[in-house]
Amino acid sequence: MDLIDIGITVGKVVIIFGALMGMVAYMTLFERRVIAFIQGRIGPNRVGFQGLLQPIADAVKLLFKEDVTPAGANKFLFAIAPMLSFIPTLLTIAVIPVAESSTIFGREVDWIISDINIGILFVLAVTAMEVYGIIIGGWASNSKYPLLGALRASAQMISYEVSLGLALVGLLMVTGTFSMTEIVAQQSSFLQWNIFKQPLGFLLFIIGAFAEVNRIPFDLPEAEAELVGGYNTEFSSMKFAMYFMGEYAAMISISAIMVTLYFGGWQGPILPSPIWFLLKVGAFLFTFVWVRGTLPRFRYDQLMRFGWLVLLPLALFNIFITGVIMVL
Amino acid sequence: MSNGNNLGDGYIEQKVVATGDDSNLMEINLGPQHPATHGVLRLLLHLDGETVVKCTPVIGYLHTGIEKTMENKTYLQALTCTDRIDYLGPMLNNLAYSLSVEKLFDLDVPPKAQWARVVLAELTRLNSHLVWVGTHAMDIGAMTMFFYSFREREVLLKIFEDCSGQRMMTSYIRPGGLYYELPSNFEKSVRNVLKTFPSRIDEYEDLLTNNKIFINRTKGIGYISAEDAINWGLSGPTLRGSGVNYDVRKAMPYSGYENFDFEVPLGVNCDVYDRYLCRVAEMRQSLKIIQQALDGIPEGPVRSENRKFSMPPKYEVLTSMEAMIHQFKLVAHGMIPPERGEAYAPIESGKGELGFYIVSDGTKKPYRVKVRPPCFINLSAIHKMVEGKLVADVISVIGSIDIVLGEIDR
Repeated sequence: MDLIDIGITVGKVVIIFGALMGMVAYMTLFERRVIAFIQGRIGPNRVGFQGLLQPIADAVKLLFKEDVTPAGANKFLFAIAPMLSFIPTLLTIAVIPVAESSTIFGREVDWIISDINIGILFVLAVTAMEVYGIIIGGWASNSKYPLLGALRASAQMISYEVSLGLALVGLLMVTGTFSMTEIVAQQSSFLQWNIFKQPLGFLLFIIGAFAEVNRIPFDLPEAEAELVGGYNTEFSSMKFAMYFMGEYAAMISISAIMVTLYFGGWQGPILPSPIWFLLKVGAFLFTFVWVRGTLPRFRYDQLMRFGWLVLLPLALFNIFITGVIMVL
Repeated sequence: MSNGNNLGDGYIEQKVVATGDDSNLMEINLGPQHPATHGVLRLLLHLDGETVVKCTPVIGYLHTGIEKTMENKTYLQALTCTDRIDYLGPMLNNLAYSLSVEKLFDLDVPPKAQWARVVLAELTRLNSHLVWVGTHAMDIGAMTMFFYSFREREVLLKIFEDCSGQRMMTSYIRPGGLYYELPSNFEKSVRNVLKTFPSRIDEYEDLLTNNKIFINRTKGIGYISAEDAINWGLSGPTLRGSGVNYDVRKAMPYSGYENFDFEVPLGVNCDVYDRYLCRVAEMRQSLKIIQQALDGIPEGPVRSENRKFSMPPKYEVLTSMEAMIHQFKLVAHGMIPPERGEAYAPIESGKGELGFYIVSDGTKKPYRVKVRPPCFINLSAIHKMVEGKLVADVISVIGSIDIVLGEIDR
């Protein structure tokens, strides 16, 4: 490995994380504008052209807010909890191929930060860590609503993790690999997309994804109507912002995972590959916002029942059916 | 509770239903600053996990002493206080107060005013129900409903503004009729409401009525039997959701409601969902009433000709000595009731039976004004509906009894 290799790796990290952070910032604006459109409002359009500077204004505002640590909170855990929630969501993007490989300085560059051969396992392992940030944050706040929110969150995320993982088993059986790059390579044409091979598996995965990133209709941990703000009630300033960035980053990375696993990744005709990737991810992000604008929220026990009694058996059934079809 | 008539010790009688001792219970304050308590309601919840063991409403955070204020104002001035009681149904409050004052003063109301009052009252009921459907759905998580219903409410507020110059604090329905002639565009704008609203209500129903998540959140939640509902004195859609056919408009018609053909929607399952269905059906019935009232609205004055109590029109004041004296007396001294007495005339407001009990001592100010607030009484039965349920159910129950804190605390 020489200097150019290192330079290329650093460049990839900077570009991909930069793009992710930019998307996180603009996802907030996107969500507010789309949901405003759904609700017959205008949404933020004052800061910059069509509100394009709004995320910057929000970030500046949050940075300058007083950072309150409640009395009786466990200061150390209270401080690291938002980071614990934020960092894993950033890590998942490392194993996702975001574009076609290209040649730079005479070298073949794969647009994936780390092409490990167990990409899917890595994703599952890392997303499972998000729950620590939430439960530690809720507990460390030493407050009742956050504690309830954190308890809900841990129960919910663990339950849905199971279905999420099992939904992927069917996919793994079909593709026969854990590597994200290979999975993308297998879906080289439209009809080879895994969504057609694993329709039920995808349905289960997207439901699990909604629960995993705590979005309506599964946003129980932060149900503002019941728990005020859930686990993030006591957080302020950048700590609060980190939770939110974590949520949006999780939304983006889970969309990217869905695109990679089921919708052919960055591949597509005519347009350059990063554009295709962004378009596909954008379609999923729009779905997240659209669902938020339409559906009410589940109740906690209904959510758990749905996870264990509907999703889990269906995921097992999906594995069974996939197996049967493969044998035949 | 077996003996439901015993309203007074309702709070004491609540039993701890969970097994084990109280020390495991988590005490949590839902409110007064909470996004889903529709104002400054505070519910003291004792939770076993997320199960509500005990629920105690604590009120008074919005107490403004409106009843006492009204006793220190003349009969006409006191009307303005009624707008502020249930601020989502100002015309209905105006109407309830005016009916009581008219009963006390034995004041006639011209037919046009009667019919116009029905139109305005039903528009206000629509307004009240729109806010309810929006906030109720938003509490359950369907945030878009809130904006849709407020979009429609804006049309109604515009009509109120055209009538009275105010969107919310209208003071438009007054003892003896209306404050002023209906605006020239009144009929057109109300017809527009009649034309657009049915499809809008369909839209709400598309979003909620058959929504599996909404049904899950509301069906079988907040059960209160018909017997309990009667014993706790519930009224309005909260009572009718339990299948009790009591609507003041039918039971004791006022303002000519006996002339109109409408149905009283009733629930069967006594739960949040049936109360929701009742209110949505009521919105459709309100449109039906408005249609009939608007078609049959007669010509004539909108204020009583009884100059002792009703302000003469300005042109009369300028030309007639008597009218000027009347105006002076009314403005300077107010309406003096004919005798000592008391009056109570209930109406069906958006929330339930609303009435002003007025005691007169023969002076220009009421001796005592007592409001019968439907929200306050409906709220008093909340523990019957939520105990043994989950925290999330408390939210849907609060939404389903449709409270306005301005009316509860007064």
